Amino acid sequence: MNTYTYYPGCSMSATGKAYAESLETVAKVLDIRLAELDDWNCCGATAYFSVRETLSHAISARNLALAEAQGPGRDVVAACSACYLGLNKTNKYLKEFPELRKRVDSALDAGGLKYDGSLEVRHILEVVVKDVGLEKVAALTTRKLEGLKVASYAGCQMVRPYGFDDSECPVLLDNLVRAVGATPVPFAMAARCCGGSQMMTNEDAALRMTKNILLCAQDAGADVIITTCPLCQMNLDAFQAKVNHAFGTSFNIPILFFTQLLGLAFQVKPLGIERGVAKPGPALARFIS
Amino acid sequence: MEPFEPRVVAFLCNWCSYTGADLAGTSRKKYPTNLLPIRVMCSGRVDPEFILKAFREGADGVIILGCHPGDCHYINGNHKTLGRFPILKKLVQQFGIHPDRLRLEWVSASEGDRYAVVVAEMTEQVRKLGPLRWNTRIKETVAASAAGGE
Amino acid sequence: MKNPVIGVYVCHCGSNIGSVVNVPEVVEFAKGLPNVAVAREHKYMCSDPGQDVIKKDIKELGLNRVVVASCSPLMHEHTFRKACESAGLNPYYFQMANIREQVSWVTTDKVRATEKAKVVLVGAVNRVVEHDPLFVKSVPVTPATLVIGGGVAGIEAALQVAASHTQVHLVEKEPSLGGHMARFDKTFPTLDCAACILTPKMVQANTNPFIKVHAYSEVIEVSGYVGNFTVKIRHKASYVNNDKCTGCGVCITKCPERGIPAEFESGLGNRPVYVAPDAPQHGKKPKDTFGKRPAIYTPFAQAVPNKPVIDRDNCRYYTTGKCRVCEKMCEPGAIDFDQKDWIEEIQVGNIIVATGMKTFDPTPMKNLGYGRIPDVYTGLEFERICHSSGPTEGQILTWKKESPKAIAIVHCVGSRDDKHHRHCSRVCCMYSLKYAHLIKEKLHNCEVYEFYIDMRCFGKGYEEFYSRLLQEDVRFVRGRVAEVSDWGIYPEEKGRLVVRVEDTLAAQVRRIPVDMVILSTALEPAENADHLKHTLHMSCSSDLFYLERHPKLAPVSTATDGIYIAGACQGPKDIPDSVAQAGAAAAQAIGMIKRGVVEIEPTTAHIEESMCTGCQICIPLCPYTAIRRNEEKRIAYIEGALCKGCGTCVGACPSGAAQQWGFDDRQIYREIEGVLAAK
Repeated sequence: MNTYTYYPGCSMSATGKAYAESLETVAKVLDIRLAELDDWNCCGATAYFSVRETLSHAISARNLALAEAQGPGRDVVAACSACYLGLNKTNKYLKEFPELRKRVDSALDAGGLKYDGSLEVRHILEVVVKDVGLEKVAALTTRKLEGLKVASYAGCQMVRPYGFDDSECPVLLDNLVRAVGATPVPFAMAARCCGGSQMMTNEDAALRMTKNILLCAQDAGADVIITTCPLCQMNLDAFQAKVNHAFGTSFNIPILFFTQLLGLAFQVKPLGIERGVAKPGPALARFIS
Repeated sequence: MEPFEPRVVAFLCNWCSYTGADLAGTSRKKYPTNLLPIRVMCSGRVDPEFILKAFREGADGVIILGCHPGDCHYINGNHKTLGRFPILKKLVQQFGIHPDRLRLEWVSASEGDRYAVVVAEMTEQVRKLGPLRWNTRIKETVAASAAGGE
Repeated sequence: MKNPVIGVYVCHCGSNIGSVVNVPEVVEFAKGLPNVAVAREHKYMCSDPGQDVIKKDIKELGLNRVVVASCSPLMHEHTFRKACESAGLNPYYFQMANIREQVSWVTTDKVRATEKAKVVLVGAVNRVVEHDPLFVKSVPVTPATLVIGGGVAGIEAALQVAASHTQVHLVEKEPSLGGHMARFDKTFPTLDCAACILTPKMVQANTNPFIKVHAYSEVIEVSGYVGNFTVKIRHKASYVNNDKCTGCGVCITKCPERGIPAEFESGLGNRPVYVAPDAPQHGKKPKDTFGKRPAIYTPFAQAVPNKPVIDRDNCRYYTTGKCRVCEKMCEPGAIDFDQKDWIEEIQVGNIIVATGMKTFDPTPMKNLGYGRIPDVYTGLEFERICHSSGPTEGQILTWKKESPKAIAIVHCVGSRDDKHHRHCSRVCCMYSLKYAHLIKEKLHNCEVYEFYIDMRCFGKGYEEFYSRLLQEDVRFVRGRVAEVSDWGIYPEEKGRLVVRVEDTLAAQVRRIPVDMVILSTALEPAENADHLKHTLHMSCSSDLFYLERHPKLAPVSTATDGIYIAGACQGPKDIPDSVAQAGAAAAQAIGMIKRGVVEIEPTTAHIEESMCTGCQICIPLCPYTAIRRNEEKRIAYIEGALCKGCGTCVGACPSGAAQQWGFDDRQIYREIEGVLAAK
């Protein structure tokens, strides 16, 4: 069994609760142990990096320092794409920019912490696809999701700029979809921004971005969109009604976390599917029993 | 006292490194004046004696610059240099010279930028190690042991 | 040895040296150096008056050594040696101190620069004392020339050299001459038909009694030196006996294997065949011959030589053990399945490298959709679509065989891009304009968009061609294309391709629906350029194209005497420039053949018999097997003609018996002492 230091981040206990539940359930089946980082704090994601650079790296580095102390040598795994990017960015910047490193080190020092830069930050999807492997996922599948058309939505932050997948045409999620017997649909918007960070500041622009993603999935005939990030999931799911209202569309596309899809294929529970706003259509409902 | 300015003797092969050094000039790259270039036709020509001679004459460092492996104008002269180099490193150590004072680098005819970087790096590397004064030290050691033997 | 009497000359090089190095101070300093009889400065030492100063001093002051502190010896060593020689001094009693490229141009601090100039000068003055008189050797030149690469540059070079009635060997790796130009439809800006101007040259080359064409062959080994190269050519087995083959082509038409993507059609044959969703299903798949060729083939109809070759990897006889249809059909009995690769050795005096380029594969640029979206084509592929002998017979059709209503041409794909190639590929702007014109000519109502960063129309008649296209209703959009997508948001985009681009002149992001996208891909060094570089011991510049001796003054020479480069192997180049370079390279080769002899640098190695212990360390070190053992005397000796003067044996000789003229131990020691003399 592989053990990872698991950094949940704030979304996982709020809008991403279904992600947290399904991940916990699926991790057991996949035989990976996620040891939650004790006393973790905000990853410093989103606007903070542009407003207070040193501080945002410092709070991000605090998590890494704790992780190094609690699980030396273990990879730090985040499920939220924003957390993954934030932690990864700090981890890389500290190696690259000695000046920043000095400032961050002194901040950590004030709190009695230090970080040597020994850790790797990874996304849970990478762990599932590369460490566990697609063969194992296929073997663990007890019910093939045959006939289910899935739009794999990787989003922007997981694949840019430190992507472990192609940043323009990501393929890992599609491979995972195939492994559980479902059918990936061609999805041109797979790596586009969902509008997440703009939903509060520039709603018009953000809704248009969300609409385009939903429209692309609908055009491709998808029964479901799967995501790897609680922010994307919330945007696409919770704002669907608002999109419909604003653009006169009538989308009703369920937005699942990829872990929920795995859970359906493994026939395990709980997966938190009932927490979704857009309700499953018949193609997906067949597999939810 | 004046700040220490290291003197590094550089052996440059004619076809790659000397041309690369010329390119650094043509591109007006700026680098420290501490490197004293000596042109040879191939890095393979650099006799181990040259290195000791340079240290004996007061060099604080020596650098050999040749074509990248595989790019030698004379097929594989630089491979011979590469083969000799680990032994040279040991040799200078046995003479009481810090191995970092001797360096081997590949600079191609198109790598003017790289040449400037290598010069700056080598200068700083040797500056940190301080003056060598190898000849004086040998004389002092000999004198001391002579005095001790009496 | 007579007492050394040294003249030192310090050059200002206009302000190149003088503005940084305090030249008068260096001259004063030089006057105080041992053995220096005279030290002078001059504005331009390399000028005639500058050289005259040296000549006059040699004669009047009896100088027997000369040191010039100026530019790099790679620049003017030859000039000053000649000056010494003309004044009656052996040219090797000369030494140069490089105070421009390696001092004044690379130093900001004037005091430091002046100090370094002095140090370098002392090294040179010290060294020149130990110099020996050396004599240049002359060896005869083999009056034959090897041209590697049978594209337009190689053909031109071969024809030009052959015009002097000397032997030329033209080696081409493909089954036919022609190179990239043979694939083109029209040429910019004159719109000449490429085949009409190229094929006559191909035929001329093949029929010229002084040119031996080695098609389907590769140069595998080159040894020797200027004027006297020995070259090994590997003739790839074509399984066709060229002496018997009449070029009738029956074998090609009868070959049952017809589905191999044709190299000549670029990537067109790699696309899956389009099947309409409502097409009747007949169980059998429709035959797909689009952009494909048989297993026995000539690359194109006008191939020269017109002899087919069998592609062993795809031939049914070789893959399954059965077939031999071509053999049965061949009336003259030219098919020979037992043929093997064979190696020919030739002697030449000069080598002209004209191996051309290849185009960038845009597959890694996923945002542009190449390889994923069938209607995204590379420039070369579109060239074949436009070509009347291409798979669409010159009709511009989309993958679904429909006439496109709008076509996007994307410039700088892989060029001017830090992620791929930093260089400008020089020809893309122009061929993109050519495509726009050809599209407009064939499809009047088709909208054509050119997405460019800058328009670079620098050649003769090029800017005029651009102006003409501006009048031909082509839409020019300044901006780098962000994405080509096969999914449209708006109704007018459905089922089409969408080009997303920031129009930097209109200052807005645009979505432009089109039916076909042409990527104007970068030019990059040919497939085997790196391999050949090692075979010929050439160098490459940072863009990986072959490095010329001097970018301005010796653009077709390489660092190795007797090896020249022409065409796109030296850097992206259009046809006129390639042809011009080929002519220049040919002139160099002819010049040498006409001269009949080459002068060999005397800076070779030799062995001092009395000091050689016979340890044989040197023998295996020599890459040219120039060192042999004299069994009688039990010592080593060096075959002067084979030695190229690297000095590796000298560096390794434990007893100091091996020495190199012009670079012997004494000379280098004195130089080391010199540069370290100052305290």
